[in-house]
Amino acid sequence: MPEQLLFAMEVTLNGLMAGVLYALVALGFVLIFKASGIFNYAQGVMALFAALTLVGIMEGQVPFGHLINAIFGTEIHHFGWHVPGLIAIVITMMIMVALAWAVNQFVMRHLVNQEPIILFMATIGLAYFLEGFGDLMWGSDIKNLDVGLPQGLNSWIDETTFNALGYGFFIDNLDIVASVVAALLVVALVVFAQYTKQGRAMRAVADDHQAALSVGISLNFIWVMVWSVAGFVALVAGIMWGSKSGVQFSLSLIALKALPVLMLGGFTSIPGAIVGGLIVGVGEKLFEFAIGPMIGGATENWFAYVLALVFLVFRPQGLFGDKIIERV
Amino acid sequence: MLYREAGDFKTSYKDDSQTFPIQMDRWGYYAILAIAFIAVPLVINDYWASAVLLPFLIYAIAALGLNVLTGFCGQVSLGTGGFMAVGAYACYKLMTTFPEVSILVHVVLAGGITALVGVLFGLPSLRIKGFYLAVATLAAQFFLVWLFNKVGWFYNYSASGQISAPERTVIGLAVTGPVATPAVKYLVCLSFLVASAWIVRNLTRGSVGRKWMAIRDMDIAAEIIGVNPLASKLTAFAVSSFFVGISGALFFSVYLGAVEVGEVFGIQKSFLVLFMIIIGGLGSIFGSFAGAAFIVLLPVFLKNVLVGGLGWATDLAAHLEIMILGGLIVTFLILEPHGLAQLWRVSKEKLRLWPFPH
Repeated sequence: MPEQLLFAMEVTLNGLMAGVLYALVALGFVLIFKASGIFNYAQGVMALFAALTLVGIMEGQVPFGHLINAIFGTEIHHFGWHVPGLIAIVITMMIMVALAWAVNQFVMRHLVNQEPIILFMATIGLAYFLEGFGDLMWGSDIKNLDVGLPQGLNSWIDETTFNALGYGFFIDNLDIVASVVAALLVVALVVFAQYTKQGRAMRAVADDHQAALSVGISLNFIWVMVWSVAGFVALVAGIMWGSKSGVQFSLSLIALKALPVLMLGGFTSIPGAIVGGLIVGVGEKLFEFAIGPMIGGATENWFAYVLALVFLVFRPQGLFGDKIIERV
Repeated sequence: MLYREAGDFKTSYKDDSQTFPIQMDRWGYYAILAIAFIAVPLVINDYWASAVLLPFLIYAIAALGLNVLTGFCGQVSLGTGGFMAVGAYACYKLMTTFPEVSILVHVVLAGGITALVGVLFGLPSLRIKGFYLAVATLAAQFFLVWLFNKVGWFYNYSASGQISAPERTVIGLAVTGPVATPAVKYLVCLSFLVASAWIVRNLTRGSVGRKWMAIRDMDIAAEIIGVNPLASKLTAFAVSSFFVGISGALFFSVYLGAVEVGEVFGIQKSFLVLFMIIIGGLGSIFGSFAGAAFIVLLPVFLKNVLVGGLGWATDLAAHLEIMILGGLIVTFLILEPHGLAQLWRVSKEKLRLWPFPH
């Protein structure tokens, strides 16, 4: 097989893996959008916050250490213990639930029935708040996250493809783990939404929250639950991205990457988020590979947006989204 | 007792529909203009110009521009930073290609070029709405910044990839470059701001502005009563981008002097200007000023108190700043969706009746 084609295949495979990671973030968006009609811009920052908290707990960092030191002139940074990954994940999840409760109690409850664009801007504010809060709590230096996920070249794929095609594909173990986790997560979420009592209640709230309220569904409970589930997805995405590229501010920018994914796949569809993620992942890698060198490279910054923009003009609801019907 | 409209009789329709119908408002307006044009240039120094006044004036122009699009026409844009970059690079190319033409003309032309680009990226607004459009404008933001970073023609193939403003004079006084005095820079920006505010005010109370507001309030109803959505949305994009472009051009040429596009006109700038109009007040000209002043002053204030007063580290103050900013956005959206402008209106209403309760 010609070398170029093999390269292209490797790029495509890597693009698929990157797409899975985008889809992970996009999933969190879809969940909140389906259940409350809120486009949650803060999802990316939630992933960053979750990852920061996880690292902080594992390392035994003192929360708000810098702030306390600045106010009281003390010199405390660490408790001096290390928490195993699994326990730290559980504690982080509890913090994310508390966060979900706080968001609902202090922000979203007061904005019920507002226009979607107002809610969107509120979540931008929330994103800023959470970003400052996370940095204040754990410090803004780049941290390493290691919860024991396998990393590095997968030698089995490398050897097999080398023997079969004469060219070894480079595929990261972490990406494979991420794909498996994403697949499990999607299945779990679909089962949860379709077959459990809470899931049905969630879909009822999404359909019409006043009608849901009148048949005895607690809106507060459902909204806190939805934000908690989104927090859980953010935690998973934070672990994956944090293990891949370190826990740092740029992690929150993956939210921006997830936006075109959503626009392609449709805001209301869980499978759409996955397919959209794969299209964006493969598309931007292939575009960078084929056309990038001709026009100066680094096309990954904008390719997804322009693709989504062009796509939206022809199909505003996305590939799998519900048709947008406007009533007067 | 102090703020009264009694005895101020209107005898013509023209009097009745003026911008400041109350006499004391009018006097206040002239007084502020006089102070801004005459008193401030006499006392201005380098610190005040570069830390507070110049950014305030330039951001106020950008906020006015975004307010036309978002506040008056209801189309949210997250591409403000990208459009400011268009203004800056257009101004740079014009300044270096036609050095003999006045910089004031270049700034206005840069606004015109930005308006064309804005219309181009505004075209999808006919098909998509709300936050779909907001996300679509992100395409403009990222694509434009990438373009100015990668295509050498835009920065005249300079080795650093930066653009820096050559020295230009207006009636013999240096406006750009290292020898320009703060007073001159201030006056140039102030003139542009006053002219922009005057134009926006008169556009928004005419037929164009009414069409924008009709589209904002309900686009389908507006279309049924005969407002052309294509024309209204695209004019809003054009006018908005025009002012955003002017602010970008001034930001680069007069304020900073040298610009690296990704750093100065990144996505953060888009959010900053959006925050200004949310905090200041959507659909209000006073709100654009108030929001710009607030967002410019907040970091200066926090820095002086926390770093200067309490001796904290600067990064700590920066984290606290974005936290407060985010908290304020949410608070304003919940408690006062019309922003500082509405607070101002309410307090004026109270002042008219004071000290009587009714």
